[in-house]
Amino acid sequence: MSLDVPSELEKEIDERVTHYPVSKRSAVLPVLHALQHHYGFINEEAVEWTAAKLDLEPIKVLEVVTFYPGFRQSAPGKFHIRVCRTLSCAMAGSYELMESLCDKAGIDRSGVTHHNPIAVSPDGKFSIEFAECLASCGTGPVCLVNDDFHEAVSDVDGLLSHYQ
Amino acid sequence: MSEEKNDLIDVQINGEWHSFPKGTRMIEACRQVGVEVPHYCYHPKLTSPGNCRMCLVEMGMPPRPRPGDDPPEPDETGHLPISWIPRPAIACANTIAPNMGIRTESEMTEECREGVMELLLANHPLDCPICDQAGECSLQEFSVEHGKGESRFREQKVKKPKNVDVGPRIRLDDERCIMCSRCIRFTDEIADDPVLGFTDRGSHTVLTVYPGRELANNYSLNTVDICPVGALTSNDFRFQMRVWFMKETKTIDVNCATGANITVFARENKIYRITPRQNNDVNSDWMPDSHRLNFHWIESDARLTDPLVRDGDKHRLATWQEAIATTADKLAGLDGSEIAVIASARMTNEELLMTSRLVKHLGAGHVDVVPREGENDGYLIAADRNPNTNGVMLVLGLENPGSQLEAIKDGIAQGRIKALLCLQENLVEDAGFGSELLSKLDFFLTSYPLANPTADIADVVLPGACWAEKTGTMVNVTGRLQRLNKAVDGPGQTLEAWEIIRDLIQATGGGNGIYSATDIFKQLAAEVPEFADLSWGQIGDLGIPLIETGETIPLLEREKERIEKGLIVG
Amino acid sequence: MSAIYKSGKEPHAKEHRIIFKNVDREGWDPSLSMYETEGGYDQLKKAIKMEPSAITDEVKKAGLRGRGGAGFPAGVKWGFLPPNNEKPVYLICNADESEPGTFKDRYIIHQDPHQLVEGMVISCFAVGANLAYIYIREEFPEGAQILEKAIAEAHEKGYLGKDILGSGFDLEIYVHRGAGAYICGEETGLIESLEGKRPYPRIKPPYFPAAMGLYLCPTIVNNVETLCHVKHILEAGGEEWSKIGTPNNTGTRILCVSGDVQKPGYFEVEVGKVTMGELINDMCGGLKEGRSLKAVIPGGSSAKVLRADEVFTVGRGDDARELTIWDIPMDFDTLAACGSMAGSGGVIVIDDSRSISWVLNNINNFYAHESCGQCTPCREGSLWMKKITDRVVAGKASPSDIDTLDSVARNIDGRTICAFGEAASWPTESFVEKFRDELVADTNPELEDDLLNAEALTAAANLG
Repeated sequence: MSLDVPSELEKEIDERVTHYPVSKRSAVLPVLHALQHHYGFINEEAVEWTAAKLDLEPIKVLEVVTFYPGFRQSAPGKFHIRVCRTLSCAMAGSYELMESLCDKAGIDRSGVTHHNPIAVSPDGKFSIEFAECLASCGTGPVCLVNDDFHEAVSDVDGLLSHYQ
Repeated sequence: MSEEKNDLIDVQINGEWHSFPKGTRMIEACRQVGVEVPHYCYHPKLTSPGNCRMCLVEMGMPPRPRPGDDPPEPDETGHLPISWIPRPAIACANTIAPNMGIRTESEMTEECREGVMELLLANHPLDCPICDQAGECSLQEFSVEHGKGESRFREQKVKKPKNVDVGPRIRLDDERCIMCSRCIRFTDEIADDPVLGFTDRGSHTVLTVYPGRELANNYSLNTVDICPVGALTSNDFRFQMRVWFMKETKTIDVNCATGANITVFARENKIYRITPRQNNDVNSDWMPDSHRLNFHWIESDARLTDPLVRDGDKHRLATWQEAIATTADKLAGLDGSEIAVIASARMTNEELLMTSRLVKHLGAGHVDVVPREGENDGYLIAADRNPNTNGVMLVLGLENPGSQLEAIKDGIAQGRIKALLCLQENLVEDAGFGSELLSKLDFFLTSYPLANPTADIADVVLPGACWAEKTGTMVNVTGRLQRLNKAVDGPGQTLEAWEIIRDLIQATGGGNGIYSATDIFKQLAAEVPEFADLSWGQIGDLGIPLIETGETIPLLEREKERIEKGLIVG
Repeated sequence: MSAIYKSGKEPHAKEHRIIFKNVDREGWDPSLSMYETEGGYDQLKKAIKMEPSAITDEVKKAGLRGRGGAGFPAGVKWGFLPPNNEKPVYLICNADESEPGTFKDRYIIHQDPHQLVEGMVISCFAVGANLAYIYIREEFPEGAQILEKAIAEAHEKGYLGKDILGSGFDLEIYVHRGAGAYICGEETGLIESLEGKRPYPRIKPPYFPAAMGLYLCPTIVNNVETLCHVKHILEAGGEEWSKIGTPNNTGTRILCVSGDVQKPGYFEVEVGKVTMGELINDMCGGLKEGRSLKAVIPGGSSAKVLRADEVFTVGRGDDARELTIWDIPMDFDTLAACGSMAGSGGVIVIDDSRSISWVLNNINNFYAHESCGQCTPCREGSLWMKKITDRVVAGKASPSDIDTLDSVARNIDGRTICAFGEAASWPTESFVEKFRDELVADTNPELEDDLLNAEALTAAANLG
């Protein structure tokens, strides 16, 4: 099996690779970001495609993918929510925010483990995970929905209804 | 300050001053003066990530005077006082500096070791009773010396994959792994086969073989040797024998001309395991799997255990006297030109000297050995798959080993050669001698460890000891003289080839009193110019350079480059 | 030029805005044309006519200390580049802002990206770097786009690329996104990450970035705020700039306040000119109604906690004086003298409604999650500490667990490859030291001899 990467995406990736004139290996993160942006997560084919693109052994790519929570190894929902878990946000109510988001989006987090941090709603619309400090400690609780940043979240219904 | 004479640097270790060459790592300086610094991740042949933290020691340097203050005064030995640094330093990756102090027995060092040991054991399964590494586990060894003796860990341990097949010859227990990364560095840096890596992170980090790939390269089992714990184990050795029951014999590998230095582990005459033995001029710390595992045949049912003589269509058991007497009888009426001797480049120099005597004694007109050419694997395996071709040239005096085989075949075919003595070779399978051709001989003797199609045709079949069952010397591809040491007894009536040949010489009217391989070595030293004045003891466990061959061992050349770049200690 | 700020986001009177001058400004946008209306890239034009070493000298004169956490003098760091170096030199902007409690870079990047770009171009010129990267955390997707746009604009105007402004100096800056790892804020971890590897910090020695950094070439890694300052140092002159702030603690810095205050936020102040009391009470509107102060973590979550009722003795000899928590001037040296650190400028305020066990457990969760796992003490110890405080919070710990917790921290501290070891252990060490009673009060002495899980049995037997 191999990944069928659209030519537009590959062009974008090839351009990114040129940012690293000294070592193509440096482009691992940008290539993975581009693939995840397109496919939603990084699967085995994406690992191998990246390895082939950058002339790396696939284990070297897998080592990187599994290190970073920013790379998902299973499909998220259409809208992926990352709630900041760290101290200032927790003090501002991020655990409660998580509970409320799960409740309203119908997400069951009971199966969440270290190796499987993401829970997805049954309809596949939302997925959610805790993230560590999102660096907006003064406006907690904060979360990211896909690439959108939301501060001082209190209106959970309003937030979710924005993503339909 | 008595510093840097001829690039030597003075370092104080546990209160005593010593001198070491500039650039020496702290851990190696300590080792050189008999101070062991415990470690897991450090390996002199690999890069040093400094990740295990077991080698933390207290370190100090001369005090740096503040601007305006007087510089420190040297003491009567010419050394400056040492200002001890409150933060411990790793001894593995740091190099020594002039007037440095190292304390491996101080309270700080001991606290570090205890702390690291406790943390290493926190998530370790402690399944020593069923772990193959038990008895040679660094974790066990250092926890005896530096452990707390009790555990304060009250938590659930981290769960990781167990009994993972990482390759055809190796199994992985991730819970035992202490993430020292030696195996990963070996596969990356030495074996050029990066299939291992760490996935996930933090305490959940696991050693992984890439899904769908295997750790299958011909050097894979070296990772088992360098694994400081029981995470990587050899399928071949797993659960076979506790290490402390085995007798270790230092000897050499005979599967190619490199002559990798090895240790044979045996118990009650059975070999359980072979591991490479460090020799930086031969095999570094490594050896190929193909060579390491090529010992099970020694126990094979096909081993010849008694001399056999032909009796019509069959062979029957005979005593050594009968077999040798039969041979002497058959050779008696022949002219030397009618006799050929095919010896083996797997023989020791001592056996080859005896062969050369036999050839002279019989006046044999034809003599050669069976060559074994393969490909140099670019690492440790030499193209010459015989271990002692250089010995053949030096001792037996063959200029071009293997070049006479066709002439011998012709001689047999044309009836000019009537008797053939084949010593420790398998002519049918390894040298292209047809059974029909050999049947033309009036007399055919073969000695070999195993029954084989060559033996089927022979008039006299003698059980010869294999490499693990004999003592002697060989000259490797680079011209290094090395010792082979007997690790186990041969089965049944097996004799070492030099004994067989001695008896043949005596039976055919020659004679001398030779009772051991070392006796023969003395004669080698007296008779063969290259061996002049050498003694058995001088060769030692690591061998000595004997001749210049101009050959190099590729893996060693690459290690030399890495040493020069400062990447490894070597 | 006086700036007008958005309503409700006006700087506090005690602020001294340099870096944040354009943050929350009415009518301001991150475009190059806007930036140029107020002298944008003028300092670059000045810099390229200077000797590169003269720029470094100005930065040294200014006494600029790194704003990332360690507070190391930036000019001295630049001075570590090997003399007679023939390898390429790289500069990396550390925009991995990830120390919990810190939230300043986001605003610079989002609202004033050209300030950073100009600071970087000048710094690259000073250190002789022709290739630079901005390592930005993955969680700033918009920030990455804004920076890339700013870089493209600067390129078009000749502030970047080949032969910048006819000076013969070439420079490319690329934005490199991380993927969610605190350890990438550690400069050698960042470098490994940028090389496409797992971000395992390197051992030092020998891998000091200034000598052996990116691709084993000399590399300067500086924080966003630090690099921005370079532009202003050039504008004012190092000498003049150093008059801002207090001696050895020069310039301004952005303090980020979060937690239990009325108005959390960011405040750019002269270093050492504002006390903790002024910061909390005046600038942040004080504590919440009816609450009293319990503790402050003054420099990001890895800084040692300060207890509200502590009395700190700072200074030596005749200069010695006693300070309450309210009197502490927010500078590098005083906070260090108080046993903590100014760190990244993230001030987390904790009031009496908070359970100390809960706070510490939250922090321990963070470090257990973020430990890279490369070296033993941190890999094994950070998770162990988390598991102990998990039990404390759940009421399943016994008093001796608190001793174990403290000793695990001390077995990490000072023994790891990188400073993450301290970051992970200082919270526990300081919380146990200062709030032992409260932690012990959350434990249950009856559990003292209980074997808490079956596996502990084999561990206790110490079969090793």
